[in-house]
Amino acid sequence: MSDYNFAYLDEQTKRMIRRAILKGLAIPGYQVPFASREMPMPYGWGTGGVQVTAACLTPDDTLKVIDQGADDTTNAVSIRRFFEKTAAINVTQATSDATVIQTRHRIPEEPLNEDQILVYQVPIPEPLRFLEPRETETRKMHALEEYGLMHVKLFEDISQHGQIATAYAYPVKVEGRYVMDPSPIPRFDNPKMEMAAIQLFGAGREQRIYAIPPYTQVVSLDFDDYPFEASKAEGACALCAADHTYLDEVIVDDDGGRMFVCSDTDYCESRRQAGHIGEQGTPYGKDAA
Amino acid sequence: MTPLLDVQNLSKNYGQRIGCKDVSFDLYPGEVMGIVGESGSGKSTLLNCLAGHLEPDHGKVLFDTKTDGLKDTVTMSEPERRMLGRTDWAFVHQHARDGLRMGVSAGGNVGERLMAVGARHYGNIRAQAADWLGRVEIREDRIDDRPTAFSGGMQQRLQIARNLVTGPRLVFMDEPTGGLDVSVQARLLDMIRELVRDLELSAIIVTHDLAVVRLLADRLMVMKDGHVVETGLTDQVLDDPQHSYSQLLVSSVLQV
Ligand SMILES: Nc1ncnc2c1ncn2[C@@H]1O[C@H](COP(=O)(O)OP(=O)(O)OP(=O)(O)O)[C@@H](O)[C@H]1O
Ligand SMILES: [Mg+2]
Repeated sequence: MSDYNFAYLDEQTKRMIRRAILKGLAIPGYQVPFASREMPMPYGWGTGGVQVTAACLTPDDTLKVIDQGADDTTNAVSIRRFFEKTAAINVTQATSDATVIQTRHRIPEEPLNEDQILVYQVPIPEPLRFLEPRETETRKMHALEEYGLMHVKLFEDISQHGQIATAYAYPVKVEGRYVMDPSPIPRFDNPKMEMAAIQLFGAGREQRIYAIPPYTQVVSLDFDDYPFEASKAEGACALCAADHTYLDEVIVDDDGGRMFVCSDTDYCESRRQAGHIGEQGTPYGKDAA
Repeated sequence: MTPLLDVQNLSKNYGQRIGCKDVSFDLYPGEVMGIVGESGSGKSTLLNCLAGHLEPDHGKVLFDTKTDGLKDTVTMSEPERRMLGRTDWAFVHQHARDGLRMGVSAGGNVGERLMAVGARHYGNIRAQAADWLGRVEIREDRIDDRPTAFSGGMQQRLQIARNLVTGPRLVFMDEPTGGLDVSVQARLLDMIRELVRDLELSAIIVTHDLAVVRLLADRLMVMKDGHVVETGLTDQVLDDPQHSYSQLLVSSVLQV
């Protein structure tokens, strides 16, 4: 066993964070202040998410960590290792095997179930910040449900781009009450937020936690004549041929050659395992690399 | 006839210093009240108490609400007061940047109040914004420009459009022409006068420019050291001031 307390944080701190989480679940979409602790990683590396994950983990949990959908980026790997070391829990890359999933910027493609918790890393929790820098004023706006300003942002979008150009962190209204920033997930993921799993959002630097309980109504804001669309890049994954997933554009050679592949690496891999082959894919298990 | 606004014994101190003291008056629908007085006499303090931006220490501000008739805005709930602030009331600040969102286009600035009261059709909001820009003589092709690209006079006109778009019944103005060139001031004054007349607005205008009240105000209150020292019809007060301070004020300005 390691020299750390289970999952690094002391029990007192975890209790404090759990209280904030429970309050967040009781008031879906409401930003609960919490006393964010120093973590052995810089802000911007998911310290808010890490603290929420630490407060949720039990020794029986299986943890998955993704960054932009991928399990193998530096950020995801280091957070996974951190909990392997401090909590000695099992880790996985398979979405369906995980009980707790910490994510940055994506929701897994595979629908989550009631036994899972999805923890988001949040850089800026306040959706009104863009137009109203005063914290006292944004709090009041939330309290009094004065959300006209959110539509001003979308109005500006349409005026400048001819359509709602906000592609990430697309604002939502939770259970008909609080307007919430879903963290910088692509708006393609917004409809997935009405899900069976618990969703927890942790912002370390800004010291806020908020939550969406299972099966909660989550509506993306829009205009009557410019309805919300969960758009994604056209086309199918070059490796697994999926045409219903969020795609990343990757450069494949020095000549500007590129292809679109699933951003959710686990999902892509399980499809290939099941025999799906994209235009530039090879049968599973026969990858040159 | 019910007054639109019935102010009773309004007082506001800043610590030991008097902001305004024991102010009472009525304002009837369609009336424009001017408040004049030297710097520090309490004009802005009074206006901000009336508009719900400052909480007075004493007194009542009864406003003729659409649903409940005369109601004290000092004691009503904050949500209710803020709702008045974006529907029935308008507030035009001396410095346009205090009343505009400088990072938002002219169209967005005008559309904000519409969206704040639930408008959700982009095309309609934009059409209304364009219409209001036209009414304050801002060319429609400036609708996507930010106020930072506008002259001071244009900014002030934009602020007015942004305030009037939801058809308020009472407009508060604090030195609406202050800080502008004289020629720009004159044009803005004409515009305000026409809007007030066409829309049958009730307004309370704070200024220390007697030319402004001469042009716009039906009635006048003269303030000194936080107190109202004289009230009356504008022409009466300006042409035949009774209080020695009003006399001084009128004579000193007329000599300029
Ligand atoms: N925030 C404040 N804190 C303390 N004292 C204040 C504050 N605001 C105003 N005062 C004081 O209250 C009195 C009235 O000020 P107010 O701003 O209402 O005057 P005014 O008539 O609007 O002046 P001006 O013509 O210069 O705008 C002054 O003595 C002023 O110094
Ligand atoms: Mg003033």
